[in-house]
Amino acid sequence: MMRAFDSPAVDLDPMPEPALVRGRAIVITSGKGGVGKTTTTANVGAALAAAGKRVVLVDADVGLRNLDIVLGLESRVKHHVLDVLEEKVTLDEALVRDKRSDNLYLLAAAQTREKEDVVTEQMKALIERLRERFEYVLIDCPAGIEMGFKNAVAGAGHAIIVCTPEVSAVRDADRVVGLLPNTWRPELIINRLRPHLVKKGKMLSVDDVNGILRLPLLGVIADEPGVIVATNKGEPLALDPTSETGAAYRAIAAKLAGENVAAPTVRVPQDGFLAKLGSLFGGRA
Amino acid sequence: MFDFLKSLFKPAPSSGETAKERLRLVLLSDHLSLAPEVIESLKRDLLEVISRYLEIDSEHADVTFEQREREVAMLASIPITAVRDRPRPSPELPFSPEPLLQVPAPAEWPQAEVQLGLEPQPLAEAPVVAEEPVASPAAPPAAEPAPELAAPAAELAAPAAELGAPELEFAQVVVAKPKPARSGNAAGSRRRRRKKYAAAAAAKANHAPPQALGGQASAQG
Repeated sequence: MMRAFDSPAVDLDPMPEPALVRGRAIVITSGKGGVGKTTTTANVGAALAAAGKRVVLVDADVGLRNLDIVLGLESRVKHHVLDVLEEKVTLDEALVRDKRSDNLYLLAAAQTREKEDVVTEQMKALIERLRERFEYVLIDCPAGIEMGFKNAVAGAGHAIIVCTPEVSAVRDADRVVGLLPNTWRPELIINRLRPHLVKKGKMLSVDDVNGILRLPLLGVIADEPGVIVATNKGEPLALDPTSETGAAYRAIAAKLAGENVAAPTVRVPQDGFLAKLGSLFGGRA
Repeated sequence: MFDFLKSLFKPAPSSGETAKERLRLVLLSDHLSLAPEVIESLKRDLLEVISRYLEIDSEHADVTFEQREREVAMLASIPITAVRDRPRPSPELPFSPEPLLQVPAPAEWPQAEVQLGLEPQPLAEAPVVAEEPVASPAAPPAAEPAPELAAPAAELAAPAAELGAPELEFAQVVVAKPKPARSGNAAGSRRRRRKKYAAAAAAKANHAPPQALGGQASAQG
């Protein structure tokens, strides 16, 4: 294989092995708790992996480990982020491979430690190392805007904001966007939308939410029982080919990977849920 | 248009609308509280403008924001120590004559002599009752004009007398963000309320002794 640094004419000092991939580190954050950050991380990660990308999911919620549960990998977790940061184990020992995909890995959070135990600079260095081995490093951010949030954001270069159509969630999302580096252009996933409630005027619509946040819209996920069932089983819905919500997650992954060139016009449907999902795939203007 | 027609038949806003409105207000409030340097700069400018017309105690001035049921209001509490005998309208801006023309002047005002301000010092010769204590006991006659005082904030130029005696020592300026009318009724009541605030603010700001104004005016005659 040709490497960029190979050049017989120049005599350089020995250099580290050049990175074969230089992945994107993306933090999934929201400010507010319980809006679906972990579920989103698991599903977008699973969808990216299913599309052939090499993906690692990092649970940055030290003390409240959950990403392993949503992925159904809890029994495989032997070590965690802090073990790696404190050099108790190697990175390879701590990475948990997904049951279903060779492309998907998890780096679990420490359950019995505190967020303050993580040194921001070390976390940053760890994410850098992961970027050399994976195309996507998705960081599941804890709720709040304190130390855990800062550590989760430190190594990232991009953010996905997860927001539900609620006053409190939008307010927190707005606050979090203000705390991210101002050169970033975070993308938005609106989660738990109930189209029929929007239609009746009983829920904030996609336009209401994004009229305030004004972020590039990555996707909209409906509030439906399938998500709960999938979490119960520890099987990301994104891998279920029959699920409409799974399809929505796959569309998000494709858009994140830059596959959808045209921005999908996601609107609140005038005529129900199916139309909204259709519009996710560009079927409707 | 359709939305408007629909709103006529809707007795109460949907909870989604309520959520949207609450969100708008809470974010307005959040953004204000998250920009202290902007507020500081606004306060400085505000005091600068007011001090062209009134002598104020900047040390004890306070500008705050208050979230209310339907709006976020700016409250400026500015202790006034004296009325300036020589108001100094902004040199950059032409002195707008409109507030003067809108307010009917008392008969004894030498109307013809009022200079509609190209010069920043049209009131220069006022012999005046300056240093008049703020808590002037004299209630102004109804429709007492206070054009110079009202000029910097045209919105405040409501008849002050409606609200009674100006024995207040603080000028309180209330500026509420106007909103696009969503339904006729709501907009109307909002407008009424804003007018009330404006009038209250004018009443409070309009503690200028009527004699002073009269004096200035006649001095030009």
